[in-house]
Amino acid sequence: MRFVDEFRDSEKARALAAKIAGLCEPGRQYKLMEVCGGHTHTIYKHGLEDYLPEQITLVHGPGCPVCVIPMGRVDDAMALAAEPDVIMTSFGDMMRVPGSNGSFFDAKARGTDIRMVYSPLDSLKIARQNPDKRVVFMAIGFETTAPSTAMTVLRAAAEGLPNFAIFCNHVTIIPAIKAILDSPDLRLDGFIGPGHVSTVIGCRPYEFIARDYGKPVVVAGFEPLDILQSIYLLMLQLSRGQSIVENQYSRVVPWDGNPVALRAIGQTMELRPYFEWRGLGFISHSALKVRAEYARYDAEQLFSVPGVRVADPKACQCGEVLKGVLKPWECKVFGTACTPETPIGTCMVSPEGACAAYYSYGRLSRTRVKEASRT
Amino acid sequence: MCLGIPGRVERRFEADGAPMGTVDFGGVRKDVCLAYVPELQVGDWTIVHVGFALTRLDEASAKETLAMMRSVGMLDSELGTA
Repeated sequence: MRFVDEFRDSEKARALAAKIAGLCEPGRQYKLMEVCGGHTHTIYKHGLEDYLPEQITLVHGPGCPVCVIPMGRVDDAMALAAEPDVIMTSFGDMMRVPGSNGSFFDAKARGTDIRMVYSPLDSLKIARQNPDKRVVFMAIGFETTAPSTAMTVLRAAAEGLPNFAIFCNHVTIIPAIKAILDSPDLRLDGFIGPGHVSTVIGCRPYEFIARDYGKPVVVAGFEPLDILQSIYLLMLQLSRGQSIVENQYSRVVPWDGNPVALRAIGQTMELRPYFEWRGLGFISHSALKVRAEYARYDAEQLFSVPGVRVADPKACQCGEVLKGVLKPWECKVFGTACTPETPIGTCMVSPEGACAAYYSYGRLSRTRVKEASRT
Repeated sequence: MCLGIPGRVERRFEADGAPMGTVDFGGVRKDVCLAYVPELQVGDWTIVHVGFALTRLDEASAKETLAMMRSVGMLDSELGTA
């Protein structure tokens, strides 16, 4: 694949790692947060932590769309799916997320009509083919997937499709970052900025982090060298006492984002006063709902949504993992009661979740290190 | 989901008034909506999220990033730390 092999060259990785080590001040510990779950995945898959000096800790952030969905919303979705004549459509990632009464997969096994779709546009097809049913799309994700939902609503409206609606759970990344910056639990030195969210929102929304909090931000690509280079750029800023927003992923991310996509989101959706995030609690103006003009496509207007609040299982520490306070393996149920096959918490579900990424790629090398240190 | 997949536009067409394209993801082909990056031409690289092209992969910037990485490696060999 183009531009992939070049960004995985191990010699360049070692050269970058040496430069990064050279920028560490003796005795200082650095905590850098990668906001995006895609980055977490790359870091574990390629063992990037092994390249870094011990002084640098990578903290995994909240940027995993299914991880931040609270259990109550899953239960709400299940209630919608159980309404008469409803076909629920959902991304595959969402299917295994546990609610208090099992996941979408469990509900499907019990006979509820829940179908997996690749794109929200596929839901329109299903709606056209089933005029006597009501199709509800479980809309989730950050600003990367919100434009696709927006366009789907616009297309449904243009077509006058009477039997399609969305259950909107779209969230926005900036308030979550702000919540983490304001959290007393965690002291961070800088941010590896999300790559694909930034293709839509651009780099400007991160400026407050550099300006008001004095933390450097580098928007990063998803290949191993992209991430190492971004860490190098962050360390360079820290060594100079600088804090600005840089764009390492300029081959994909335009500085101003995608204005057409932003317009479509703005046309169909508006900010909710507040929304509950798993682990982070209620964050004001952190999620989107369907605008009143498009109320006929809003499942929350068409159906009565129970609006349940469910506390996470006691054993589950996804909240601490999402805030970067705990590493995945520090959770009590990690890899024992909670695995990707039978997840208790959301972080174990999606490949973008820190626990799932660590379970798939990281745990063996850690066990080896532990055993080696014992002998 | 947030993991965008890079692919190359093979063909452009219209469906229900929206610009669409067939995109080749290293052998797997899918029809995706090009409404958010209408300037995409056949042969261009793009990143696709859940059936929507969201950005054009800029070849010049990709080369620039690679060059910068190379220069980091070169600097190291000059300083004798690599």
